[in-house]
Amino acid sequence: MLKRSLLSGLALAISLSAAFTAQADNEQYFPLQSYRVGPYAAGGSGFFGGFIDYLKYVNANGGVNGVKLTWSECETEYVVEKGVECYERLKKGHNGAPAAATNPLSVGIAYATLERSTADKLPLITINHGRTDSTDGSVFPYAFPLQLNPYSEVSAIINYIGQQAGGLDQLKGKKIVTLYHGSPYGKETNEVLQTLADKYGFKLTLLEVAHPGNEQQSQWLNIRREKPDWVILRGWGVMNPVALKTAQKVGFPADHIIGNIWSNSEDDAAPAGAAAKGYIAITTHPSGTGFPVLQGIQQQVVAKGNGDLADPKRFGTVYYNLGVVNGILNVEAVRIAQEKFGKQPLTGEQVRWGFEHLKLDDARLKALGALGLVQPLQLSCSDHEGGGAVRFQQWDGSQWKLISDWVQADRALLRPIIEASSHQYAKEKGITPRDCSQDS
Amino acid sequence: MEFFFEVLIGGLLAGVMYALVAIGFVLIYKASGVFNFAQGAMVLFSALTFVSLLERGVPFWLAFAISLAAMVLLAVAVEQVVLRPLVNRPPITLFMATLGLSYVIEGFAQALWGAQVHGLELGISDEPLELGGMLLSQFDIFAAVTAALLVLALSLLFNKTRIGLSLRAVADDPLAALAVGIHLQRVWVLVWAVAGFVGLVAGLLWGARLGVQFSLSLVVLKALPVLIIGGFTSISGAIVGGLIIGASEKLAEVYLGPVIGGGIENWFPYVLALLFLLVRPAGLFGERAIERV
Repeated sequence: MLKRSLLSGLALAISLSAAFTAQADNEQYFPLQSYRVGPYAAGGSGFFGGFIDYLKYVNANGGVNGVKLTWSECETEYVVEKGVECYERLKKGHNGAPAAATNPLSVGIAYATLERSTADKLPLITINHGRTDSTDGSVFPYAFPLQLNPYSEVSAIINYIGQQAGGLDQLKGKKIVTLYHGSPYGKETNEVLQTLADKYGFKLTLLEVAHPGNEQQSQWLNIRREKPDWVILRGWGVMNPVALKTAQKVGFPADHIIGNIWSNSEDDAAPAGAAAKGYIAITTHPSGTGFPVLQGIQQQVVAKGNGDLADPKRFGTVYYNLGVVNGILNVEAVRIAQEKFGKQPLTGEQVRWGFEHLKLDDARLKALGALGLVQPLQLSCSDHEGGGAVRFQQWDGSQWKLISDWVQADRALLRPIIEASSHQYAKEKGITPRDCSQDS
Repeated sequence: MEFFFEVLIGGLLAGVMYALVAIGFVLIYKASGVFNFAQGAMVLFSALTFVSLLERGVPFWLAFAISLAAMVLLAVAVEQVVLRPLVNRPPITLFMATLGLSYVIEGFAQALWGAQVHGLELGISDEPLELGGMLLSQFDIFAAVTAALLVLALSLLFNKTRIGLSLRAVADDPLAALAVGIHLQRVWVLVWAVAGFVGLVAGLLWGARLGVQFSLSLVVLKALPVLIIGGFTSISGAIVGGLIIGASEKLAEVYLGPVIGGGIENWFPYVLALLFLLVRPAGLFGERAIERV
């Protein structure tokens, strides 16, 4: 009896194992270094909620050419060490399904895993953030600061301020203060802002806010004394609502503060209450639930009780929609790579090729139900950013309203600065840049 | 000169906010000799409970009462689960226990109420008031008055009631207090509950300014230098320490920051605290320990 039970158990184990293997044979895996607790949990839970819901939505529609998408999460708490540990644990794939790309949504973790990603041939996706010079794919073949790198971000903001003044030539003599988070992320754009100030003749004042940013009285008193025309807010987390509240305390108007891409969510404006009314911020992706892709997620995932958000009211918010956009870009890279390498699960190296040949025009975005949600973009061997445009939105006291069309960064101006930095990196690390003219 | 005074007064008012958090530490340290690292997590938990109830339609004062009740329950749980089993252990053991406790409370608070950021309006305008050419925050003035009332109430509790006498007796000599019939566990629960109340008041004021979110638990980092300067056993010391830290960090940021690079508010108070430690190790109002060697 015992022997028969053991044999039955063994047979069951073998058949289950075979089933798993068979299942994994046709699966593409996304390792998710997510963060749902800790100081930045609001951003992490929204972003990864949107990302996962999009993957579920794709699966509900047959996967990517029949290849099912699978994922598992590893909690980083936005801590670099944990992010690296998660990377090492998940990079080899899951149940035989190969890993497509990593998406840590953290500058610190991205920096810490940059060289590992290259060595492991696994794309590192840093949508709207990351190292600016990783835009140069000839030096950073596996890093992708998709849509918007930090230099493009501030360049587009200066271009918008120029538009408001009546032209970039009208910037001469204006005063602009940049209030930035005291971290590598916050400081990333200081140099290029100074370059822009020199080019256009405006006076730039850089003011640092110590992490986490819950006290800004002195900085805003300095701003009051300076009497700038505009304040650019490069914040993160709690620093953003505190900036808006303190601006109100010193009488600085919210409609002359422009938040960057990590100061643009509902979680940044709403906690500031009335002080945030009129506040302007950039975005690469509007909030809202009206886009066909979001309607599809609502009907096929959320309404069936499979949505990832703990609080369904966050559906369609800025962080959630960024997660959906990130999902679209990742899945499109897999789809494009499948056209070259076959409709099967792909290695990280093959998916990298897909990212480098990512092309989303209006027709494709319309087909995806994401026209207006994602900006048209085209990547290449030398350009791992692809877009470089933002729209401006204004907080009306309860939600964001778009107030501009796409405003493009001055990418021609930025490119030599990016290349100088990437080539310096290549020299330090002994990297021979790829010849992108030979790329196919 | 007007600008200097504006920075100075703004700093003093900010210092009162730091002192509010520091008072919670002082209460527990006075009564049990425990440096409660979980005070920041208690601030987060109380404010998150309050705002989550408010968002579910619970009236303001009922939400306040329920949040306070939650803090009392937490005090009972801490006494039963953490303090009682560790009685007579070295202070460093108790400190490490509160360090662990802070992570437990933070995780529990986020698991219970979610990780999103909540706005909190207490109905106090933050439009600036112009006095003598200087802009002063109405909200900061309200916070200062609240802190003053809180200190007054705590002073009365400690100095004019039998409960206060028990608290002081336990703080002075736990064994002697036990010998005269003071119920040590009950005193611990009481003092943790009062610290919870202080945490709730601090949580509401800080939450109204920052939004109720995880970062509330980080405000303890501002309270530590306040305690070093004011002393760990004095409520008045917490207030004076708060004022010194608030004013000096703001003046340093404005006048020293541009010279040495800005963003110095995080570490400057600790430099100041270190200097105080060299001169007055027990702080301005702390009790100097006299030990037979």
